[in-house]
Amino acid sequence: MKKIFAFATALLMLASLAACTAGGSEDADYSFADGDQYDQIGGVLNILNWGEYIDPELITIFEEETGVKVNYVEMTSNEEMLIKLRASDCVYDMCFPSDYIIEQLIADDMLLPLDYDKIPNAKNISQRMLDVTNGFDPGNKYSLPYMWGTVGILYNTKMVDEEVTSWDILWNEKYAGQIWQYDSVRDAIAVSLLRLGYDINTRNEDEVNQAKDELIKQIPLLKGLGTDDIRTSMKNNKAALAVIYSGDAFDAASENEDLAYVVPQEGSNVWFDNVVIPKTAKNVEAALAFINFINDANLAARNTEYIYYSTPNQGALDILGEDFTDNEIFNPSDEVLARCNVFHDLGEFVSVFNNAWSEFHSAMGN
Amino acid sequence: MKRKVFAYPYIVWMILFIVIPMFFIIYYAVNVGGEFTLAKFWETLKDGAKWHVLWLSVVMAFKTTVICLLLGYPIAYILSNMKKSVAGFISVLFFVPMWMNFVLRTYAWHAILEYLLPGVGDFLGLEGSVLMVLVYDFLPFMIMPLYNTLSKLDKSLLEASRDLGANSFTTFTRVVLPLSVPGIVSGITMVFIPAITAFTVPALIGNGKYHLYGNEIELAFKTLSSQGDYAVGSTLSIILLISVLVSTLIMNHFDKDQQTGGQMW
Repeated sequence: MKKIFAFATALLMLASLAACTAGGSEDADYSFADGDQYDQIGGVLNILNWGEYIDPELITIFEEETGVKVNYVEMTSNEEMLIKLRASDCVYDMCFPSDYIIEQLIADDMLLPLDYDKIPNAKNISQRMLDVTNGFDPGNKYSLPYMWGTVGILYNTKMVDEEVTSWDILWNEKYAGQIWQYDSVRDAIAVSLLRLGYDINTRNEDEVNQAKDELIKQIPLLKGLGTDDIRTSMKNNKAALAVIYSGDAFDAASENEDLAYVVPQEGSNVWFDNVVIPKTAKNVEAALAFINFINDANLAARNTEYIYYSTPNQGALDILGEDFTDNEIFNPSDEVLARCNVFHDLGEFVSVFNNAWSEFHSAMGN
Repeated sequence: MKRKVFAYPYIVWMILFIVIPMFFIIYYAVNVGGEFTLAKFWETLKDGAKWHVLWLSVVMAFKTTVICLLLGYPIAYILSNMKKSVAGFISVLFFVPMWMNFVLRTYAWHAILEYLLPGVGDFLGLEGSVLMVLVYDFLPFMIMPLYNTLSKLDKSLLEASRDLGANSFTTFTRVVLPLSVPGIVSGITMVFIPAITAFTVPALIGNGKYHLYGNEIELAFKTLSSQGDYAVGSTLSIILLISVLVSTLIMNHFDKDQQTGGQMW
C-alpha cells in the first residue's frame, strides 16, 4: 500500500511539473505593433476556420485582452463551411472561406460589409494582394485577405531527376504509384484543365469532361487522393510528386531539403482565404476586433510563423525578414503570380464539375 | 403486463433516433430546394456508376466476412475448449481494443502502415491494407457470437458421437459445425453489414483510392449539398438501407431454418 502511495505521489509530482512547464510556455510575451488598446467586449465569438489555421496563443491573448470567450470550430472544406453557414441555426460570427466561395456568399447576400473604421490594421495588407482579391470581392467590401498561396507541384529531387516544369509529369508512367492528387473538386479538375490548356474557370462542358477523362486515366498512377496527409507523406519521402498548396510545400521543404516546389508553366491557381462576417453574426463587435487583432503586424508575423502559409500582411513580411520574403514558395514573384488565376464562382455550372468529380470517384475501383 | 412499461423508453428512443431520421432521409430524397420531385431519385437510381460502387463494397464486405470467419472460427473453437477462466481472460484480450474508439484504432493502423518499413515507401493505398484493417476491426464481432454458441454446446453430444464410432473430424463436421450455425449466421451478419457501410477505413487506409459506398454517400453530401441538393445522398442512403435490410432478412431466414432443424434432432 505504501509503495502504491509513493508511486502515486511521484506521478502527481511529475504531472504538476509538466503542468508548470506547459504553463510557462503559454505565458508568451507579445506587444501590439501600433500599441493598440482593446476594450472589454465580452460575450462569445464563434469562429469557423480551417484546421491548424491560427496560432492558438493568439486566441488566448485575444481572450485575455477583450474578455471574449472564443469558440473555435474547425472545418475541412469550403463546401462544408458553406453548408454550416447556410444552416438556419448558424452560430458563426466569422469564418475564413476561399475566394470563389466568397463570391458566391456575396452573390447570395450572406455577408456583412466590413466596417473599416473598426479595422485600422487593414492598412497593413499589401496593395499587391488587394489588387488580386479585388477580382472576387470588388473594393474588398466584404472580405480581407488572411492567408494566400499558389497550387503547384512538390517533388522529391532524389526520386525525380528531370526538371519539373509542366503538369504533364503527373501523368508520367515512370512515377506510377508515387503521385499524390489533391482531394478537392476544383483543385484536381483545375490541374487537369490547365494541362489541357483550358481555363480553370471554364464553363464549357466538353472541356470539363475531357479533364475528367484525363483524371480517370491518372488513377492507376496515383498513390492516393489526399489533403493534409500529402505534406507528411512527402516530408517522409513516401512519394515522388504531389499536387499541393504552397503553404504545405513551404513547410515540407523547410524540413526536407530534397523537396522542391514549382508552379508549372501552364499556369495555376492562386487562392485566398479571406476573413468574412456572415450576416447572421451575433457578436459583430468582437468579430471586427478580432479581425483588427490578427492584422496587427507583430501578431500576423507570429501567426505566419505558426501556419507557414503566405501572409498578405506587409507589416508582418517586414518583421519576418529575408528568410521568408526571399523564398520563392512563400513569396512568389510577380512573374509567377501573372500566370496564376483565382477561382471564380461557377454558379449553376458547378453541377457539371460536381458530376465529373463524382464520375471520377466512381471510376476508382476499376 | 406491468413489464411492458420498461419497453417505453426504448420505443421513444427508436422513434426519435431511428424512425424520424429515416423519414428525413426519404423526405430529402424526393425534395430538391423545397420542391417535391422524383427526378433526382430516379436519376440516382439509374446511375450505373453508383451501383458499381455498391458492388465493390459488397465484394469488399464479402472478402472481409470470409477472412473473419476463417480466422474467427478456429479461435472461438480453441477458446471454447479451454478452461473457462483462461478462455475468459483471453477473450477479454480480444475485446480490449474494442473499448477504444474505432476511428482511433484505424488511425493507429495508419501510422503503423506508414512507418512499418522506414525508407521504402508505405503500405497505405493498397487493397490488401484496407482489407486487413477491416478484418482487424470486425474480427471480434465474429469471434463473440461463435464463442458464445460453441461454449454452450452440450459436451455430452460430442461424447455420444465418439461412442457411436465417429472420429474427431466426423464429430466436428457432423455435430459441432451444424450446431454452431446460429453463431456463424450472427457472426456473418455482425461483420458483413457494418463492412458494407465501411467508411473510415477505406478513406484513411486506402488514401482515398478505395472508394466504397459509404464514401460515395459522403461525397454526394459534401459536393452537392452546397447546391442545396440532398436528394442524391439521401437516395444512396435509402439504397444502402434496403440492401442492409435485405441481407439481414436473408440471414434471419437461415438462422430460423437451422434452429428448427436443430430442435428436430
